[in-house]
Amino acid sequence: MALLGFERKYRIAGGTLVGGDLFDFWIGPFYVGFFGVTAAFFAVLGTALILLGASMGETWNPWLISIDPPDLSYGLALAPLNEGGLWQVTTMCAIGAFVSWILREVEICRKLGIGYHVPFAFGVAVFAYVTLVVFRPVFMGAWGHGFPYGIMSHLDWVYATGYTYGNFHYNPAHMVAITFFFTTTLALALHGALVLSATNPGGGRVVKTPEHENAFFRDFIGYSIGTLGIHRLGLFLALNAGLWSAICIFISGPIYEGSWVEWWDFWKNVSIWRDEGIG
Amino acid sequence: MVDYQNILTQVQVRGHVDLGVELPAGDQRDHITGFNYWAGKIGDAQLGPIYLGWSGVISLLFGLTAVSIIGFQMLASVDWNPIKFIALMPWLTVNPPGPEYGLNPFAPLNEGGWWIISGLFLTVSILLWWVRSYRRAIQLEMGTHVCWAFAAAIWLYLVCGFFRPIAMGSWSEAVPFGIFSHLEWTNNISLIYGNLFYNPFHMLSIVFLYGSALLFAMHAATILATTRYGAEREIEQIYDRGSGAERGALFWRWTMGFNASIESIHRWAWWFAILCPISGGIGIMLTGPVVDNWYDWGARNGFAFPY
Repeated sequence: MALLGFERKYRIAGGTLVGGDLFDFWIGPFYVGFFGVTAAFFAVLGTALILLGASMGETWNPWLISIDPPDLSYGLALAPLNEGGLWQVTTMCAIGAFVSWILREVEICRKLGIGYHVPFAFGVAVFAYVTLVVFRPVFMGAWGHGFPYGIMSHLDWVYATGYTYGNFHYNPAHMVAITFFFTTTLALALHGALVLSATNPGGGRVVKTPEHENAFFRDFIGYSIGTLGIHRLGLFLALNAGLWSAICIFISGPIYEGSWVEWWDFWKNVSIWRDEGIG
Repeated sequence: MVDYQNILTQVQVRGHVDLGVELPAGDQRDHITGFNYWAGKIGDAQLGPIYLGWSGVISLLFGLTAVSIIGFQMLASVDWNPIKFIALMPWLTVNPPGPEYGLNPFAPLNEGGWWIISGLFLTVSILLWWVRSYRRAIQLEMGTHVCWAFAAAIWLYLVCGFFRPIAMGSWSEAVPFGIFSHLEWTNNISLIYGNLFYNPFHMLSIVFLYGSALLFAMHAATILATTRYGAEREIEQIYDRGSGAERGALFWRWTMGFNASIESIHRWAWWFAILCPISGGIGIMLTGPVVDNWYDWGARNGFAFPY
């Protein structure tokens, strides 16, 4: 694999966390490192287990293949492979691969002399995944509370879990998470559009500057956060979307088992207006 | 180590107010300006100036009117009791007319008429704000990417409150104005039409929603990690690539075998973000007028188990 024109001067030894220079090399464009080896191991094994599970299932339709967690009756015990054990080992492989990937990103950051923002951000996504398949099932006492690995089956799980708690739209942390997701998408559209509009003015005109970007947003809404600030804001919004998603599912079950619709009755019973005849 | 991750601005340098690039002769901005220390911790400390103009001023007036109508209708629904207004706020709603009025634009005020009037004012306000986003870009001789992205969001808004109700022949299909009531509408359209998760355009819309969060996290984190090499000066990096852009690109090339460029990542960003409401709007437009049960549709097309 060819190197990019400027790439050779960055391909230097060092920066590894584990293994010294033993795995300090590239395969094509990919950096390997100790954690590249472990990530590949877990990813290949996990994918093979999913294929094995599919071969034992009733369909090869990719939409309908599903690797299901054990029945609730197994609690937090290990289950036989064909009764949810595959899901348990696949989950271990997934976590092993994701954590390896984080640490491999850390090594690449060290090698390039850049900040650790990307592995940290990926860590938030992994945290949300682990919340779904480990923390929440452990607190509820059964691996069967994890979600199945399948395209349609995981959607069915989301649907069923939402209505187990009345109506998930009423979950306050779910409201916050959705608000962060929508706001992230809005901010991403505005940021992408602003950079493109400055660098692609059209009509053979001269490319514009960050001063034009500032002028556009100040003219438009009275404030421009600036070229550095938009990336701080974007990372904050995106990470909060993931974080509040984890919170909204964790509080459903381990913390609160009732209906989120009825949870809001507390608001009507706030002491300030409890005697106003509301309800 | 945390000091070097550039999360907050450590030292704020404050010069004169930047009044912005020059406008064409005879046009001017409103020079209400200020500085805010806390805004300066994460971004630019300067507030204002803002450009007033006929489209912006009229848009704000229409928007204010719409919000006032909705607010006073909610207040009227609790007998003008301000304490109940706060206590019951999440449940208060201004609903569209019932199905018996069909597409009649002159439903009685208290039976959906106020919803039609406030919706009309809100829509005029939004469309005028779109005109403003277009004219601001043209006057600064910039591309019109912001206004077309805004148009994608307006498409979804109009599908939910205008196009789909017309296709269904009744304003009662539209989204009510209210906190819980609009969540109930969202919940019910899924239940009534056989589980929206089986709607392929809903799937795409969610992919682009999550994808936007993923892309923004990846992009923003990459830029912040390379700000020590000046990577946040994106326009300059696009035309005169520096070490920041090179290291950011190599990070992804070494991590996943592929990298965008400083310019192309903003094209990925723009497309992912606008495709979320575009595909979502298509999905809602089909729900009812074309497909009456998404689960059955999925079973017929091989991605759901038949009953």
